[in-house]
Amino acid sequence: MLTFPRWKITLILAVLGIGILCAVPSFLPERITSAWPGFAQVRVNLGLDLSGGSHLLLEASTDDVTKARLTNMEDQVRTELRRGDPRIAIGDISRRDGKLSFMVRNPAQVDAAVERIRPLTQGAGMTGQRDFDVSVVDSSTIVLAPTDAGIANSVNSAMEVATEVIRKRIDELGTREPSIVRQGENRIVVQVPGLQDPKQLKDLLGQTAKLEFKLVDFTANPAEVAQGRAPVGSEVLPYPGNPAGVPFIAVKRQVMVSGDELTDATQVYDQQNNLPAVSIRFNAWGGRKFGKVTSENVDRPFAIILDGQVLSAPNINEPILGGTAQISGNFTVESANQLAIALRSGKLPVALKVVEERTVGPQLGADSIRAGIIASVVAAGAVAVFMFLSYGRFGLYANLAVVINILVILGVMGLLNATLTLPGIAGFVLTIGTAVDANVLIYERIREERRRGRGVVQAIEFGYKEASRTIFEANVTHAIAGGIMLALGSGPVKGFAIVLLIGIATSVFTAVTFTRLIVATWLRRARPTELHI
Amino acid sequence: MKLLKLVPDNTNIGFVRVRHIAFAITAILTLLAVAAVGVRGLNMGVDFVGGLMVEAKFASAPPLDKVRSDIDAMNVGEVSLQQFGDPRTVSIRLPLPESSDDGATDALVRKVQAGVEAKYPGVTFSRYDAVSGKVSGELIRNGILAVLLAVVGIAIFSWFRYEWQFGVSTFVAIMHDVLMTLGFFAITRLEFDLNIVAAVLTIVGYSINDKMVIDDRIRENMRKYRKMDMKALIDLSVNETLPRTVMTSVTVMLALGALLAFGGHVLRGFSAAMMLGIIIGTYSSVYVSSSLLITLGLKPEAASDKKAGGIASKAERMGDGAQP
Repeated sequence: MLTFPRWKITLILAVLGIGILCAVPSFLPERITSAWPGFAQVRVNLGLDLSGGSHLLLEASTDDVTKARLTNMEDQVRTELRRGDPRIAIGDISRRDGKLSFMVRNPAQVDAAVERIRPLTQGAGMTGQRDFDVSVVDSSTIVLAPTDAGIANSVNSAMEVATEVIRKRIDELGTREPSIVRQGENRIVVQVPGLQDPKQLKDLLGQTAKLEFKLVDFTANPAEVAQGRAPVGSEVLPYPGNPAGVPFIAVKRQVMVSGDELTDATQVYDQQNNLPAVSIRFNAWGGRKFGKVTSENVDRPFAIILDGQVLSAPNINEPILGGTAQISGNFTVESANQLAIALRSGKLPVALKVVEERTVGPQLGADSIRAGIIASVVAAGAVAVFMFLSYGRFGLYANLAVVINILVILGVMGLLNATLTLPGIAGFVLTIGTAVDANVLIYERIREERRRGRGVVQAIEFGYKEASRTIFEANVTHAIAGGIMLALGSGPVKGFAIVLLIGIATSVFTAVTFTRLIVATWLRRARPTELHI
Repeated sequence: MKLLKLVPDNTNIGFVRVRHIAFAITAILTLLAVAAVGVRGLNMGVDFVGGLMVEAKFASAPPLDKVRSDIDAMNVGEVSLQQFGDPRTVSIRLPLPESSDDGATDALVRKVQAGVEAKYPGVTFSRYDAVSGKVSGELIRNGILAVLLAVVGIAIFSWFRYEWQFGVSTFVAIMHDVLMTLGFFAITRLEFDLNIVAAVLTIVGYSINDKMVIDDRIRENMRKYRKMDMKALIDLSVNETLPRTVMTSVTVMLALGALLAFGGHVLRGFSAAMMLGIIIGTYSSVYVSSSLLITLGLKPEAASDKKAGGIASKAERMGDGAQP
């Protein structure tokens, strides 16, 4: 128990040494460590509550995703059956209850219709399930019901794209080290340190940026449009800036060109009135299409539609063949710039809503760090004095173990790139208090064994042995609580649990193994005949 | 140098003898705590009820009533104010705007901030939280689940590790600790938020740690003194571990005292909850969980049966393994 072979001593000291070395970069300013090689980049990250910044939890409505999928399916079915050969006439198309259903006019064609629709569905998941169930009801109505696997699949891919789009948009803002993480099935956590005013960020993320160009249906009756009715093949869209007075306009359903065909978007000033606008460039295919439609519709207006709202409806004075276009419509420099960013990074496949937001100013963060450091130092000092008064030389050993423990915890956190939060600092302070518990257990046991008349060496040996078992047990239960906090906790609870768990693991090593090494060394050198404990 | 000893050597306090009184007092206090939670409710933070919290630091301590009526005049819904220890720092809590539009929250924050700033020059806004009802519902569910899982998980551990009586007595004692802490928050009206859930879980962890040490000693003595009367054995074990119980409580209290005094206002509720929890946890270790073992009918022979249990034997081997 009290004899240590040389290799063991070396191992213990090496482990502690490495742990302490890993803590070093966290104490140095970033501009020094950034020049170091990759393996030395072991820093503890500061949580938003310490560094200041914004935390946003965004949620996508899965309903939107399934609705969009259904609409998309409807388009595919229409195209396949009406345009395909032989043509199959369908009617009574409905998208009620999340299912697409339609009637095949000629009952003899039902089977043929099902045959043609089946290939439109896709495999979903591993089990060979399709993303839609195709069934025939009442002998002439075909129902396409999305399967759970299909819904999960489409939500998942929409979220993947959304995460990427958000990353691009935030990168465009030029903030440092944003963290963008998917959470659960339909959420994304965005954390941007140092961001004081999240309004700009939220505006940017709140925009779906679905851009479409459609021809204006000038045949529509203005009175009917005002009531929200449009001719077949057209739809009525809100148009807040309509010079005609009514905030609505009828446009053709068919899309001329969409934002998917963009290669670039920049904020510019309109040459005619010097107002902010956004200039966009189409890719080759989009440019050609735009050129073709504008050539065929000279002197007619087209609508520029963003997220289902018409921004403006300019007249086509001449064919636009250069592959560029300009979007105008009541922009400020800021909003034009924002739209340009949103368009460049692509449209969000699903609208996102902020469901949780936490913003901490940098001043409060700095105050919290200072308060945390003062509290830690005072706590460590008070505990150290108390331990020394109670156990003398052994108290000093325990204190040394605590100091090393704190450094090793920081080192491990650095290695894991863990985040230190304000509750994490509380975890540190608490660890200072509980880490000495192991030593208290051992020392009290040694006192007890001495009182029972055991010799110096034997009492120490017994104290460490008996107490080790108790310490192990107590720490397992403590770790159960910590593990549950880590698994179920969010934000602050997690930050606290990380420090607590690492502290439990390292404190057993420093408070038991390390102090035993010191005590053993002292025993061998001093050969005491009486214990002052 | 004379070393400090908080607890004299070889104490022989009859903890078990007073167990009926202790149980009665404990039961009454626990019921009072539950009643306090039931009647007064907890002052839930925005984490758990949803809404908006803006923290404002005033140039000098503001009259709360006036601030409240000023904000009421802005017509932004029912406002609730709370001071954070430091009288200059006030948290302003508001319901989230009805509109589902993201911009509405920002507009509300701006309106309140501008309104307060106009009346109280020099005020700064250091942070704000906005939590929707949906998220707060999940947070509260996860919080309750975490505490329950921790208590049950630990009780099961000590059941496997020792006898079922240890599991039950631990479970009862820990539930007592949790309920008393909740009662404390109901009475003081301190804000109950996510940090406090972390505090409650830590209290659970600490309290269990404390009970484990005593339980372990009881088991050790059960093997050592097979013939000893259970009451005397438990008294002996509690007395033997008393110096450690007191020493550790004092060191943790010292650390938490530093946190309470210097850790800043954000952690004040957390530190207060922890300090109280340590006291409650220590009390329940000494007076509740160990004495309860007698009521539950723990017999000395039981210890020998379970000696070679799975985790137990592993732990013992680990202990032995440390011996070269």
